[in-house]
Amino acid sequence: MAQTSSGPAILVEGLTKSFGDVHALRGIDLSVPRGTVLGVLGPNGAGKTTAVRILTTLLLPDGGRAVVEGHDVVRDAAAVRRSIGLSGQSAAIQEELTGRENLEIIGRLYHLSWPSARSRAAELLKQFDLLDAADRAAKNFSGGMQRRLDLAASLVGQPQVLFLDEPTTGLDPRSRLGMWDIIRSLVAGGTTLLLTTQYLDEADELADEIVVIDRGLVIAAGTAEDLKGRVGGDVLEFTVPDRRRVAAAVAALAQISKGEPHVDAETGVVSVGVGGGGSEALIQAVRGLDGAGVDTRGLTLRRPSLDDVFLALTGHAAEEEEQGAKRRRGRRGRQKAGQDAAGKDAAGSDTVKGRAS
Amino acid sequence: MTAVIAVPAGVPAGEPSLLARARWAVSDTLTITRRNLLVWVRVPAYIVFTVIQPVMFVLLFRYVFGGAIHVPGSVHYVNFLMPGIIGQTAAFATFGTAIALAQELKKGVIDRLRSMPMARSAVLAGRLVADTGRMLVTILIVIGVGYAVGFRFENGVVPAILMVVLATVFGLAICCISAYTGLAIGDEESVQAFGLIWLFPLTFLSSAFVPIQTMPGWLQAFANNQPVTYVINTMRALALGHQPIEANLLKSIACLAGIFIVFLPLAVRAYKRAS
Repeated sequence: MAQTSSGPAILVEGLTKSFGDVHALRGIDLSVPRGTVLGVLGPNGAGKTTAVRILTTLLLPDGGRAVVEGHDVVRDAAAVRRSIGLSGQSAAIQEELTGRENLEIIGRLYHLSWPSARSRAAELLKQFDLLDAADRAAKNFSGGMQRRLDLAASLVGQPQVLFLDEPTTGLDPRSRLGMWDIIRSLVAGGTTLLLTTQYLDEADELADEIVVIDRGLVIAAGTAEDLKGRVGGDVLEFTVPDRRRVAAAVAALAQISKGEPHVDAETGVVSVGVGGGGSEALIQAVRGLDGAGVDTRGLTLRRPSLDDVFLALTGHAAEEEEQGAKRRRGRRGRQKAGQDAAGKDAAGSDTVKGRAS
Repeated sequence: MTAVIAVPAGVPAGEPSLLARARWAVSDTLTITRRNLLVWVRVPAYIVFTVIQPVMFVLLFRYVFGGAIHVPGSVHYVNFLMPGIIGQTAAFATFGTAIALAQELKKGVIDRLRSMPMARSAVLAGRLVADTGRMLVTILIVIGVGYAVGFRFENGVVPAILMVVLATVFGLAICCISAYTGLAIGDEESVQAFGLIWLFPLTFLSSAFVPIQTMPGWLQAFANNQPVTYVINTMRALALGHQPIEANLLKSIACLAGIFIVFLPLAVRAYKRAS
């Protein structure tokens, strides 16, 4: 039954799951060595949440196999539940109760004695900087504090493997940085982590390995550096108001381009990877464009985003993809990937649909 | 490989025995019950609102509609009314069950609990235990208010207690239906609207508030043959002792058993599949 203790913490082979005619997962493979962090990167509706739900025993797969800490998620779900922690997209806490009560109750449900549940709660409140607010009702917590409490709740049972489904979606930038610090300290303690995110920079900050999934398939895997390499490093982006001059602009940047430049014919937005050259690349770009006599607006140099990765891997942006492939999920398709604070993975809503039919 | 063999294969680490599992199921249920009760301690408004509605109904029917409703025989209307109100109170108290479960589902609380190594029955069981407690408190308060406006048990203490027990069991049965709808629908506003759609007709098209003989014939056919009428007639017989009880009691038991047999498994299934 159990695998040798040297096996990967998470092993996924050919996992499939459909909800009616929506194929949320079309055969994904993953392997996460113990003590490492896997970032699962993808837009809304890519299948991230479906994968997490299967791995945490909340959903049965249609096909394939998933093993967590040596336990099959279907045949040995109870053993999987003893080794994992899950923090989903919304703060799954009892808002009427205090932060401390929330954690103590979770501790009791992990079958700790009352004294142990109390001391574990106190320990986590301290670790997550919630001691001052510990005895206030959780509904009075800020969004960031609620997410921290939720994360703390997922750690009460001291899981070997932790699943975080979009841990920073909907948080303000400062809370997001705070959350990153917390996650880093957890990982330093040796916990295996699978993290889903829509942000390349988040995966870059936290993950050892990244897989990019789209429409239920893994379309790329590697380190953050690998992926950024595919994009061509940092991205130079600008708008050419006079559409006829776009070709001249692209030609003027040929020297510093590290990847295939992408031109949006409709909006006149040009984006091109320029490697890690920093401000030097910017100066050269300005000189080149000036030399070619091209007028531009909004010239910026920025870190590559999920959209850039998608552009490089699939030739089109993540949100276009969603609109094309998932018209049925109209509401979600229209939301820009990365802005959807409360939005769940589209597959989540299809679960409801699948159950109703 | 030697490291693997060192672990005794016959004793899977942490796989609890049947007895231990049963003990944890009870302990987990109590923990969830405690959590739910604690919520009401923190936000008493939840209970207050559950109580206000039936109290308003008592006053409304006692003083506004009551004068126009004639009950056959020598029974005073307030005595006719109270068993009906108590039955309705028990049924309506289950709105809270459906809404709470739908909220927990939406917020991801149920996902969290389902991903934990706790007894799978505990969330539903703890909810039913706590909600039954809340229902009982509400019923006792409503009886108190009934006494203040002239209601009296006329059949002795034991039948009066049995009436409260029957009302509670009836409420628990309705609770199973509500738990199922809460988990199956999973959206608190829809759940609330849906609750009105089936609970209102079921309680009002019964013997709860008026004698069924005053309804048109086609409606009598329904009102005379539905579970709420059976239960309330039984409660009325227990409270007042004017009518024979057996037929209605047997029908009540059959209906309530049927509801438990159908809806308890449905609710459990909806919990296991909840997403």
